[in-house]
Amino acid sequence: MSGKGPFGRIDWISVILYLLLVFIGWINIYSTSLTETDSSIFDFSTLYGKQLFFFGIAVLGIILVLFVESSFFERFSSIFYMVSIVLLLGLFVFGKTIAGATSWYDLGFFNLQPSELAKMTTALALAKFLSDIQTDIRTRKHQMYALVIILLPALLILPQPDPGSSLIYFSLFFVLFREGFPLYYLGILLVTVVLFATTLMFGTVWVTIGLVILALLIYTFKRASVKIPVLPVVGVIIVSILFSLSVNLVYEHVFEQRHRDRFALWLSLEKDEKKLEEIRKTIGYNTYQSEKAIESGGFFGKGFLEGTRTKGDFVPEQHTDYIFSSVGEEWGFLGTVTVILLFSIFFLRLIHLAERQKSDFSRMYGYGVISILVFHYFINIGMVIGLLPTIGVPLPFFSYGGSGLIFFSMLLFIFLKLDSNRLKDGI
Amino acid sequence: MKKLLLSSIIVIIGFTFIGRLSYLQLFRFSPDQILEDPAIKKIYDYPERGYIYDRDGKLMVGNQPAYDVMVIPREVKPLDTLEFCSLLGIDKATFVSKMNVARHYSPRLPSVLVPQLSKEDYAKLQEKMRHFTGFYIQKRSLRYYNTHSAANVLGYISEVNEWELKNNPYYVAGELKGHTGIEKQYEEELRGRKGVKHIQKDRFNRDIGPYKEGKLDTLPKPGNEIQITLDKELQEYGEKLMHGKRGGIVAIEPKSGEILALISGPTYDPALLVGRERSKNYSKLHYDSIAKPTWDRSILAQPSPGSPFKTLNALIALQEGVVTPETTFRCYHGFYVGNTLRGCHCGGGVRDMNSGIYQSCNAYFAGVFRKIYDKYPTTDQGMDAWEKHMKSFGLGGYLGTDLPTGAPGRIPDKGYYDKWYGDGRWAASTIISNSIGQGEVAATPLQLANMTAAIANRGYFYTPHIIKKIGGSGAIDPKYTEPNYTTIDRKHFDPVIEGMANVYEYGTARWLKIPGVDIAGKTGTVENFVRIDGERMQLTDHSVFVCFAPVENPQIAIAVYIENGYFGARYAGHIASLLIEKYIKGEISRTDLEKKMLEKTLEHEYAKPYSGEPFKINQREW
Repeated sequence: MSGKGPFGRIDWISVILYLLLVFIGWINIYSTSLTETDSSIFDFSTLYGKQLFFFGIAVLGIILVLFVESSFFERFSSIFYMVSIVLLLGLFVFGKTIAGATSWYDLGFFNLQPSELAKMTTALALAKFLSDIQTDIRTRKHQMYALVIILLPALLILPQPDPGSSLIYFSLFFVLFREGFPLYYLGILLVTVVLFATTLMFGTVWVTIGLVILALLIYTFKRASVKIPVLPVVGVIIVSILFSLSVNLVYEHVFEQRHRDRFALWLSLEKDEKKLEEIRKTIGYNTYQSEKAIESGGFFGKGFLEGTRTKGDFVPEQHTDYIFSSVGEEWGFLGTVTVILLFSIFFLRLIHLAERQKSDFSRMYGYGVISILVFHYFINIGMVIGLLPTIGVPLPFFSYGGSGLIFFSMLLFIFLKLDSNRLKDGI
Repeated sequence: MKKLLLSSIIVIIGFTFIGRLSYLQLFRFSPDQILEDPAIKKIYDYPERGYIYDRDGKLMVGNQPAYDVMVIPREVKPLDTLEFCSLLGIDKATFVSKMNVARHYSPRLPSVLVPQLSKEDYAKLQEKMRHFTGFYIQKRSLRYYNTHSAANVLGYISEVNEWELKNNPYYVAGELKGHTGIEKQYEEELRGRKGVKHIQKDRFNRDIGPYKEGKLDTLPKPGNEIQITLDKELQEYGEKLMHGKRGGIVAIEPKSGEILALISGPTYDPALLVGRERSKNYSKLHYDSIAKPTWDRSILAQPSPGSPFKTLNALIALQEGVVTPETTFRCYHGFYVGNTLRGCHCGGGVRDMNSGIYQSCNAYFAGVFRKIYDKYPTTDQGMDAWEKHMKSFGLGGYLGTDLPTGAPGRIPDKGYYDKWYGDGRWAASTIISNSIGQGEVAATPLQLANMTAAIANRGYFYTPHIIKKIGGSGAIDPKYTEPNYTTIDRKHFDPVIEGMANVYEYGTARWLKIPGVDIAGKTGTVENFVRIDGERMQLTDHSVFVCFAPVENPQIAIAVYIENGYFGARYAGHIASLLIEKYIKGEISRTDLEKKMLEKTLEHEYAKPYSGEPFKINQREW
């Protein structure tokens, strides 16, 4: 140790931003779960009391992380990964079902959600694998290994069912991209999403016409010196058309009605006003209520504990996934923008930290942490403000939930610990 | 590039979010959303509606509790439907359909299952109520009438309609409001101000406590009691006398303009428009288009006033200086207009003002009327003078009473006849019918009573009004305590009043004298026509009577108008006489007269034009 103790070189800016987010989150949990009869904030039968308790555990976890030698995480990351895979497998046998998802172990005082733990361990394992001297991400074989590390937990979580958490693992692709994984994979992914959405919205015929026009435009306006071979372009177009054709098949026959309704709502596919209203009231109910709550906050908000829709419990799951709507109603545009800015600054700060690491492992793990956090933030707030379809993931540090708060904190602080130790890494 | 990928994504996401939030919170936000916020429910605390007392402080309208049986469909447990139905007094099919309606409205919210149980039904039900989970009884306040009379005057309260909801922010759908009569006119005094509680609701619409700790809540302000000018006993007695007759009676206290009785026949028991049977009863009354019980004849009917109008023509002639009381006219059992003889029932001979009035001589008043017009160089000027005098008695326009409805009557002016006959193509003789209160003049019974009060006061009247005292302060609109002066000098009234007093001594009402009370009155017998299925037919004359008593210190002025009652001295005269005796002496000495009036009806007259058979009018026997 450098003699300055476990907190010595820790990045205080990140710590303060972290504490601010947790605090603002807790304030809003307090508001959503306060009832007239409660008095003490330490009343552990209430949600806000419990969250405070979870924060206490998280602080213990953080202290533990800070006291542990930083090489410990690198050395044991494979074992952590194995353990979390085993825990995920164990859910099939011993899992406790809450709200239809078998995602928890009942530890008596606490329900452990291994998928939250696995996010951390997967990030560690991926960093470990990629930073290995023998790994070369440019080879197919190693790309496959990396994909397996990422997708194995995702596949195990999917049937719980918890598609939201499963989706989060895809965020780790950003680590791969940062480390030289070809970017055209991202391109393919984007094209796939765009083709999927446009096919649903306009149909295969128009998508085909669009593709052909696009190709013709490229050929018309390309510089004479640039030569683009014709055959691969034709191939891409044919593959795209085939994909577009398959979209309808998948949409109609593989998706269930509830999935279709979500897309119908998100992409405004349903043209019949009556049916759209029906969808809005069923599948879209949460989003509708949360949008309304945020909207009613206006610029200044209704004030702390004055959110009528929050108090009336109009937004389902408001203390967990929809916590941001409480910010919107009670703190208004000022509050929501503040939170967005805090998150953005926090993420940019973490990227800055990651980029300054000397150790590959630390940087890669850092990127893993940031990707996971950003993905949660994007999907969660996007859903709450009605930009994305309903996907149940928590807002990091904000949403009510013990596993979430504790593992997000540890996820972050392992990185901050690694960062505080970066000067030694070179030695 | 690789290093900037994630940073740029974060920045793009940030801008996208802020853009979307600006749209939601700045663009789509509207400040009055609080009004439609589903999370805040206003609960109203209704104060008790003010009581209504008569001029002597006798209760006329109070409140009574009524009991609604409410149901919250979700909470209903299986029950003995048959027993419950028999307790409620409904059959099973009704019960099932009402339950379905309630469930359809909301399984979680209370609906009315059976409205307005009587006290007796409530007593039976109350002890058994605990066996029926999901049902409860809600107390409401209904009007209670301590009289079977004055339905049209008192008015009724009923649910506010859509127009009122849109135009008056005070009311909320389902609230009760006075819609006719005093209930309407003094609505704001009677209802008080409801209190508001803001209740925070959850998404199932359940109460979860006060909104903002009740900072916005207000307490109810109770309604004022009001005292009205009606004499409850006189009103009730008058309505009894009106049994089987159509028409209107108005009694006014001349020295204050207070309306003592406002009677319309046929009438109905005000209690009919309260409670479970309300809507059934209302339809029955409202759709009776022949007898029209909800049409208040005392203030809305506008027949020709008939002979009582002669007194005003006499007063105008005196004021204009065209006759003296001693001026005479000869009656040839009628009078000539050009070459046609218009009839008169007075018996003929030379008439001065006194006998002209008490014998109700048409020829005399035709002469007087001509003289008024002859004073002026043109008929137009004569008409203007005559119209001005007439209108100063409150005729030919709304009186400005505090009753929510009314009718203006008619005093024709020169424009009216110019339109009718053409400019300059009419003269006093053309409109001579006005001299005897037929023709184009029209007045409501209220206007006749007011005119009589002005004569009784010898030259002025107070605007007739129904309000006596409001709440504790008692102050009423000052316009009801300011005298309105007629254009006739005080000295001219004495000869006319003398003639009216002689109506009882020697004239058309000499059989109707009340021992010990000097009355001045004037009969009227009004020809009238109806059009039924396009056919114009003459009906038996309306019986009209105006009078005041005592002559020297008038306490009451009355106008009675009985449709198709024939001679003024018949129905109208009898009823006026009985009412005066009742009011001044407190009891009736002429019980035979009273008995006759209570028993006799005019239903046979009213049936005539609808019988489809040829019929006779103005039959002598009665």
